[in-house]
Amino acid sequence: MKAPDFDYLLPASLDAALAMLAEHGGEAMPLAGGQSLMPMMNFRVAAPEVLIDLANLSELRGISIEGDTIRIGAMTRYAELMADADVQKHIPIFGLALPHIAHDAIRNRGTIGGSIALADPAAEMPALLRALNAIVEAEGPDGTRMINADDFFLGMFETALDGELIKALHIPVATSEQRFGFHELTQRHGDYALAGVAVVQTSNTYRAAFFGVADRATRVPDLEQALEQQDDMASVLEHLGNIDFTDDLKANHTTRQRLAGVALKRALKGMTV
Amino acid sequence: MTGPAHIFDKPNRYIGKPEPRADAARLLQGRGSYVDDQKLPRMVHAAFVRSPHAHAKILSIDTEDARAAKGVIAVYSGEDLAAHVTPYVGTLTHLAGLRSMPQHPLAMEVARWQGEPVVMVVATSRALAEDACELVYVDFDELPAAVDSETALDLEAPVIHPELGNNLAWERDMVAGDIDAAFATPGVHVVEREFRFGRHTGVTLESRGTVCDYDPSENQLTVYYSGQAPHMMQVIFSKHLDLPEENIRVISNDVGGSFGIKIHTYGDEIATAAAAKLLKRPVKFIADRFESFVTDIHARDHIVKAKMGVTEAGTIVGIDFDDLTGIGPFSMYPRTSAIECNQVLNLTGAPYVMENYRAKGRVVFQNKTLMCQYRAVGHPIAMAIADGLLEDAARKIGMDPVALREINLMADDSYPRSSATGMKLDDLSHKRALRKLTELMDYDALRDERTEARKNGIYRGIGFVSMVEVTNPSPMFYGIGGAPIASQDGATVRLDAGGALHVSSSITEQGQGTNAILAQIAAGVFGVDLNRVKVTTGDTATTPYGGGTWASRGAGIGGEAMLQAAQALKDQVLEVAGVMLQTGVETLDIQGGAVTDLNGTIRLPLADLARTVYYRGNELPNDLNPELVATRHYRVTDFPFVFTNGAMAAHVEVDIETGFVKVLHFWAVEDCGRVINPLLVDEQIRGGVVQGIGGALYEECHYSPDGQFLNATMADYMVPMASEMPDITIAHIETPTKTSVLGAKGAGEAGTGGAPAAILNAVNDALSPMGASIWQMPMTPERILTALDQAD
Ligand SMILES: Cc1cc2nc3c(=O)[nH]c(=O)nc-3n(C[C@H](O)[C@H](O)[C@H](O)COP(=O)(O)OP(=O)(O)OC[C@H]3O[C@@H](n4cnc5c(N)ncnc54)[C@H](O)[C@@H]3O)c2cc1C
Repeated sequence: MKAPDFDYLLPASLDAALAMLAEHGGEAMPLAGGQSLMPMMNFRVAAPEVLIDLANLSELRGISIEGDTIRIGAMTRYAELMADADVQKHIPIFGLALPHIAHDAIRNRGTIGGSIALADPAAEMPALLRALNAIVEAEGPDGTRMINADDFFLGMFETALDGELIKALHIPVATSEQRFGFHELTQRHGDYALAGVAVVQTSNTYRAAFFGVADRATRVPDLEQALEQQDDMASVLEHLGNIDFTDDLKANHTTRQRLAGVALKRALKGMTV
Repeated sequence: MTGPAHIFDKPNRYIGKPEPRADAARLLQGRGSYVDDQKLPRMVHAAFVRSPHAHAKILSIDTEDARAAKGVIAVYSGEDLAAHVTPYVGTLTHLAGLRSMPQHPLAMEVARWQGEPVVMVVATSRALAEDACELVYVDFDELPAAVDSETALDLEAPVIHPELGNNLAWERDMVAGDIDAAFATPGVHVVEREFRFGRHTGVTLESRGTVCDYDPSENQLTVYYSGQAPHMMQVIFSKHLDLPEENIRVISNDVGGSFGIKIHTYGDEIATAAAAKLLKRPVKFIADRFESFVTDIHARDHIVKAKMGVTEAGTIVGIDFDDLTGIGPFSMYPRTSAIECNQVLNLTGAPYVMENYRAKGRVVFQNKTLMCQYRAVGHPIAMAIADGLLEDAARKIGMDPVALREINLMADDSYPRSSATGMKLDDLSHKRALRKLTELMDYDALRDERTEARKNGIYRGIGFVSMVEVTNPSPMFYGIGGAPIASQDGATVRLDAGGALHVSSSITEQGQGTNAILAQIAAGVFGVDLNRVKVTTGDTATTPYGGGTWASRGAGIGGEAMLQAAQALKDQVLEVAGVMLQTGVETLDIQGGAVTDLNGTIRLPLADLARTVYYRGNELPNDLNPELVATRHYRVTDFPFVFTNGAMAAHVEVDIETGFVKVLHFWAVEDCGRVINPLLVDEQIRGGVVQGIGGALYEECHYSPDGQFLNATMADYMVPMASEMPDITIAHIETPTKTSVLGAKGAGEAGTGGAPAAILNAVNDALSPMGASIWQMPMTPERILTALDQAD
């Protein structure tokens, strides 16, 4: 469990980082908090020849309010998100969700950009961004792209990034018509969820993004519509059948579907007021 | 014989006291010295190419590229090492009929489990060794694998060792009374269940590891070894590497947990020693977590079909069961892999009066990691069978499970006696323990609370276990069967010139506080302050000979040796003092580092006495030859084992929508005889309970049908974590064993042995309103949901 040899680069600017990325092509990988990438390298499932450490890129840092959105630099750590007053005020669902992401030690280093770029189907952040209707700001050799979170996650560990780096996330500031809910089911605190859901209710419309259930953070339009129509819960949950649930050691697809339903019911019960 | 009262009373300030352990500060400040901290000049590093298949013929091995790779010193195949290491077989004569085949450190011709070492690469760093491993090309011809223990004995099953004809390693039948007649008696209710116990493993914080240093000038092998039985390993290295026993020194400094994992012969460790000998330089091997999962011994893996009969009035008439257990492709050397099944046969129902008993055990080979003795060998199986059925029967006849136990537990005044299986029992306190437990937990109030909660759709359950634990084994455990495993231990106590004690012992410290209790015993019995005792353990060159630490034997056996050695040194010192002070020894004592008279008045500080003896012997009569050092050895006689007992209870809540189980509280009342340090005993019980909860709710080694270990990472193999663990309340009953003066029995495995049964019973109690029950561990959310779905 030792990583194979690699070169380590520490660019001082986003442009320099993008140039390095272009130069090394598929042989290079960006390094953020390293909480996923380093274990993958030690297991030798990832073997980049070059690591491009994003630690010194000031363009990827900072939290600022820009009109009715809040911009969060990709290199912002979970611990920073938890401590930030603007985030607490304007993204209340983060307050519900962040304590469930891993443990203190990992939250001290893991970044929001790293989680999004990794696109682990069981991770909380991709589902949160989909529920929040966030936008991913990606920077590449051809400039900036603003990618809707709904269009960003393409599959297991697969994103819409194309030789680009995530620069920032843009999240709509919470409004007075919004209520938020979050629930995940894990046997041990801090584990990846067997099933979980992030719910954003705006007036009578819903965005509900599930995680830990399929190959990516998943929304089910029929289910959201059923919520909007205030269908009874049994009919709402029937729409979970649209999800292609994962089978693995911890839960088969039947169990997962059941747990996703429980998570949704509990998230709706615990909505912020 | 009971100990003279005074050892434990007035002059002793330590035995039985909650003294903080001396090594805590050192370990917490990062000053520990573990195997990976050893960095020797010219040291090189080993990594292994391991079989990716559960069962495969090795057609060819191409090491050319690996040999040419950067930093590579040597590459060895199984055949290369076979010329230097004799094979070993994990059988013992007292386990009649046990079969296994010779095992080599690296697979020869056939690889028999995924993870079996096949090729060893030695390089200047571990990373380079791993790089070179990727350049070793092994041509495997995959063979059908026998993975599932339930089909391993089928005629169509692939036979792992054709020489043996089939995959049966061992079987044993045990019969007492007439179980069929007992079950057929009118009015007897019979409950029947099939239990499944998943495979799990020990997951030590410090993984297995060794640094082997060979010096050809003296033909001397020094082994830094993260392990529990240095003297046993000395014999094994000697025997299989053709070195004189005395030329092998095994050093176990700090050991970061062992739980029975580090007491066996592992091919990668033997290969490391062989490489050191061949290369004439130090070689380090540290198992990484993946290697730990696929090579550290696994445990449990039982399927048990069991029945218990009880009369309407609640008398248990007998137990009948069939245990099938899979042990991997070999019986582990030198302790064998039949002991766990044997324990299940021996211990099931041992707390209860029972006339009729029938048990069949079958141990089968399979293409999975080897199975062997892990903390509480066989106990969680035995306790879950008996107490799981007992609470099932209690539900069936509508009796409270505590009341049913009261009827059937052996009476505290009925010892010595034997169990239905012929185990010799003495000094047990089942009934007192159960009563203390129900008071401690306020059972009546808890029961009412549970009933109330059910009305609100909250499903809580209470479950119990009454248990025995095998501790302080005599030579009947291993030695009798030909294993090079000492059942006795030695202790040496020496007074130095400054009046301090230097003590050494053959039992070992793995984090449980062995060194602390040795110091407490020596200081207390001899009469110095605790901080004037220096302890040495874990070094075959400097400690007396003995078995080490396993089977909950350290305190009971090593502790008694220490007591006797300290007493012997005290007698010697008092003899010298009597001469120097011109007074009879019967008027003297040693207290607080000085020779005193009987009321504690200081007559002669020990430093003055020692300096006189060491520096100014001319002041002593010529015929007085003080030694100021004493060694004693101790073994258990008269009994094969010294049993302890305990009663435990769990309070759980089952979320019937998700199948999640939350353990709300756990209680344990334990009788480990004399408690030497309550802090350490309590932590042994707590840690054991946590491992038991792990086995009951979380831990499982998952295999694919073709024998691939599917969850060999800490992310996928779930150990219990602090946030989920309940408060664990502990109380003691002290019934000292009459087999020693110290009176200490073991305590290290009780929690692990008892907790799974208590949790199982509590979950089934919680599920009972729905008519559901579960008999498979770990009780995962999915399995609980399935049980609820299948409820009648
Ligand atoms: C024990 C443990 C438990 C965990 N539990 C959870 C959990 O419950 N929930 C959860 O969501 N996560 C969990 N994680 C993962 C953790 O949250 C990771 O930190 C996170 O997924 C990745 O963030 P990182 O900053 O560490 O990224 P890194 O590991 O550095 O990188 C991850 C990937 O993203 C790429 N990358 C990083 N930044 C960028 C960027 N700006 N642009 C483009 N590509 C980029 C990297 O090249 C790499 O492929 C856990 C991790 C551990 C070790």
